[in-house]
Amino acid sequence: MTDKTVSLPEEGRHGSFIKNNLRNYGMLMSLIAIMLFFQVMTGGTLLQPLNLTNLVLQNSYIVIMALGMLLVIVTGHIDLSVGSVAGFVGAVAAVLMVTYKVDYTLAFIACLLLGAAIGAAQGYWVAYFKIPSFIVTLAGMLVFKGLALAVLQGQSLGPFPATFQKLSSGFIPEMLPEAGTLHPTSMLVGAVLALGLVYASAKGRSREQLHGIEVEPYAFFLGKSILLACAVLYFTYLIASHRGLPNVLVIMTALIALYGFVTRRTVIGRQVYAVGGNAKAASLSGIKTERLTFLTFVNMGVLAALAGLVFAARLNTATPKAGLGFELDVIAACFIGGASAYGGVGRVGGAVVGAMIMGVMNNGMSILGIGIDYQQVIKGLVLLGAVCIDVYNQRR
Amino acid sequence: MTAMLEMRNVSKSFSGVQALRDVNFSVEAGQIHALVGENGAGKSTLMKVLSGVYPAGSYEGTIIFDGEERRFRDINDSEALGIIIIHQELALIPLMSIAENIFLSHPPSKLGVIDRDEVYRRTRELLAQVGLKESPDTLITDLGVGKQQLVEIAKALSKRVRMLILDEPTASLNEADSAALLERLMAFRAQGIGSILISHKLNEVAKVADHITVLRDGRTVDGIDCRAEPIQEDRIIRSMVNRDLAHRFPERSAKIAEPVLTVENWSVYHPIHPERQVIKNVDFSVKRGEVVGIAGLMGAGRTEFAMSLFGRSWGTTISGRIRLEGREIVLPNVAAAIDAGLAYVTEDRKQLGLILADDVRKNITLASLDQVAPNRVIDDIAELKVASDYRNRMRIRCSDVYQETGQLSGGNQQKVVLSKWLMTDPKVLILDEPTRGIDVGAKYEIYCIINELAEAGRGVVVISSEMPELLGICDRICVMNDGAFVGEFPGAEATQEKIMRAIMRNDRNYGSSALAGAEMGGSQL
Repeated sequence: MTDKTVSLPEEGRHGSFIKNNLRNYGMLMSLIAIMLFFQVMTGGTLLQPLNLTNLVLQNSYIVIMALGMLLVIVTGHIDLSVGSVAGFVGAVAAVLMVTYKVDYTLAFIACLLLGAAIGAAQGYWVAYFKIPSFIVTLAGMLVFKGLALAVLQGQSLGPFPATFQKLSSGFIPEMLPEAGTLHPTSMLVGAVLALGLVYASAKGRSREQLHGIEVEPYAFFLGKSILLACAVLYFTYLIASHRGLPNVLVIMTALIALYGFVTRRTVIGRQVYAVGGNAKAASLSGIKTERLTFLTFVNMGVLAALAGLVFAARLNTATPKAGLGFELDVIAACFIGGASAYGGVGRVGGAVVGAMIMGVMNNGMSILGIGIDYQQVIKGLVLLGAVCIDVYNQRR
Repeated sequence: MTAMLEMRNVSKSFSGVQALRDVNFSVEAGQIHALVGENGAGKSTLMKVLSGVYPAGSYEGTIIFDGEERRFRDINDSEALGIIIIHQELALIPLMSIAENIFLSHPPSKLGVIDRDEVYRRTRELLAQVGLKESPDTLITDLGVGKQQLVEIAKALSKRVRMLILDEPTASLNEADSAALLERLMAFRAQGIGSILISHKLNEVAKVADHITVLRDGRTVDGIDCRAEPIQEDRIIRSMVNRDLAHRFPERSAKIAEPVLTVENWSVYHPIHPERQVIKNVDFSVKRGEVVGIAGLMGAGRTEFAMSLFGRSWGTTISGRIRLEGREIVLPNVAAAIDAGLAYVTEDRKQLGLILADDVRKNITLASLDQVAPNRVIDDIAELKVASDYRNRMRIRCSDVYQETGQLSGGNQQKVVLSKWLMTDPKVLILDEPTRGIDVGAKYEIYCIINELAEAGRGVVVISSEMPELLGICDRICVMNDGAFVGEFPGAEATQEKIMRAIMRNDRNYGSSALAGAEMGGSQL
């Protein structure tokens, strides 16, 4: 019953471990390198609490959509319409809340359902009619961009109710006595999160050991845990010393955790990867490939709607231009994060890191005063470079 | 008459497997030379050597054409000399016209601009030559397979053909089209064109061939000059199949019980050509503990039959009754088939069986994730244990269960696929060409696994083109040809001659095997 694992000498194990994990952590290291680069170049502005908070707020909707896009890409498809859908949903939200004074909770739910319906409409053609997703969502991109204009009649619409704005510009309420500029509740949440992460990975490791499964060397585990905990604590400290944890960061973290879990540990997640890896083999293994493809598009629709709401709440108006070009950042984030354009490969963590790389670069280059023209050139080259490195690694 | 083409002592091997051994083969101008042999005898390999698909240097031996030694680097070199091969799978572009297809690679042109008048004029000439009455503008997709075959020949003629190689040209043709094609061949003979005809249909071969060469296991085993001696079909068949059993098969003692799967009046139509009946109202059954073989040539409909049973994963307008353990069941999709206790190990393990980029563990559990996922959440430890268990039981050689299946050898990949299906705990297991592309040692292990499955009371169906394999492992062998069962032998009584004769007889009686061959393209899902 037990797996016969060959235990390598200690040194060899370390060596192979570094090699195996370099690819997994390669993008994370790139992110850290890029952050350090801009931290130095901007003279420390990048990681100032105010800027860091803004960075989170500015990129939250990209991260949220990247979670959905990752699944779409893993099934071997693409969704070009997400920017337009986000803009359209934001417009509908504004009409509901501002023009018709609908209750914000009700409007919020209605908008998410609208996103699901849009995703279903597009996924239907892709999954059951086998129309290439590129074409279906290109059509969707035009349709929803047009509808957003029509709903708003070409005008901006705002402001939103104050409670709704809290979705993007609010911070978690402070329940503990103030301690200078530091927000203790936020700090506490961060500390609990850091401890939780370390506890979970320690528990997983001891469980694997119990079942005689080869685990990473103890030194690595310890180092990794300490680094992780420190990173979380430091990040929380920075954020907490501004205005505390933004609501949207909490939502985002929860979603990342949820999608990470779904993709790695659930049957449906495994099946999505199988469909992308080899749809025919998956279908002959009893997996309902069409339904899964359909569901990934529905999911994408919901997340695009949520991103649209977050974006609208942040601007406090719905504008016809909202969502313009989001799809490019979202798709780029997934590919930078190691997703394969052929499907079947990609990690939630990778997509999030990819989105953060794009975000940090946007932010850092803006602080440095690089014009929007060259920013795009650099971002394009980074995307190409990241994918080239990935393809090169896979060929080896 | 001296030979136009002579191939001397040609040998070719693929990573250790000898496909051709010292083959000598010669064709004269104005001769129709038939090349016959079982699937895998080396016919196609020999023709690929001749046409330059396998370039000079990748094989041993010499090719002499027009009295000179030739070293073809690729197919262009052989085409330049007028050696044209027409493959079994037609290489026409469906949404282009006849004229565009014929002059695809070398359109008559002026300064790089295609001369359309010239294209049409010459296309009409060529179509007249092959006896096809169609407009040059007709799209290929609007033509039947028989007419497409003629377009291929016209295309060959446009290249000033001197030696025409036809690989199973009539496999997908009806009787009238076949006869027309053979007549065309005889007309070419009169013009001094040499032809090599690869065919399984001995009656056709007998009708047109001047010389017959029989290949077996990559060797020339017989040569018959049809002008000097009468053609004896029995002699050809014996030459084709007679060989020592190169493999050893594990001993088995069958304990055959009541029928577990019974199929009645099963009928399936082609998904793309819905008027074509691919499986013709067949009955079939397998008992608990029994290993049933399905023999037949490529394109006989065996894979289509199996896949249509397996949750209708192939074909349309499927009708008939399935009984599993006496109860009548309906299997509308693959998931239902798996739930009912059916498993199908595909013929093409890379395209249809495995997710090559995924590791061994994920491939093994793919069809039965529920077993390791209480509440739809995968218990990774339980999964790992199941996978490791199968790895040890099936002796899958891999560094660990996290190794990518794409990196494994064919035999080990096949064991991964088998593990996947064993994990679903099937009552009936259908194995389609389970040992294709697997080395001898791994084959033996697969046979052992098949025996164990039968001993555990499962019904096992083995589809194989390797007759010795079927003879070695089956309790009963059914012969399928042209979508119907044409013979059935108890394992002890079956011989290769009997099986081959059942196939050949049937081919002669029903010359209109409109289904064979062409189905293979469609069978890949």
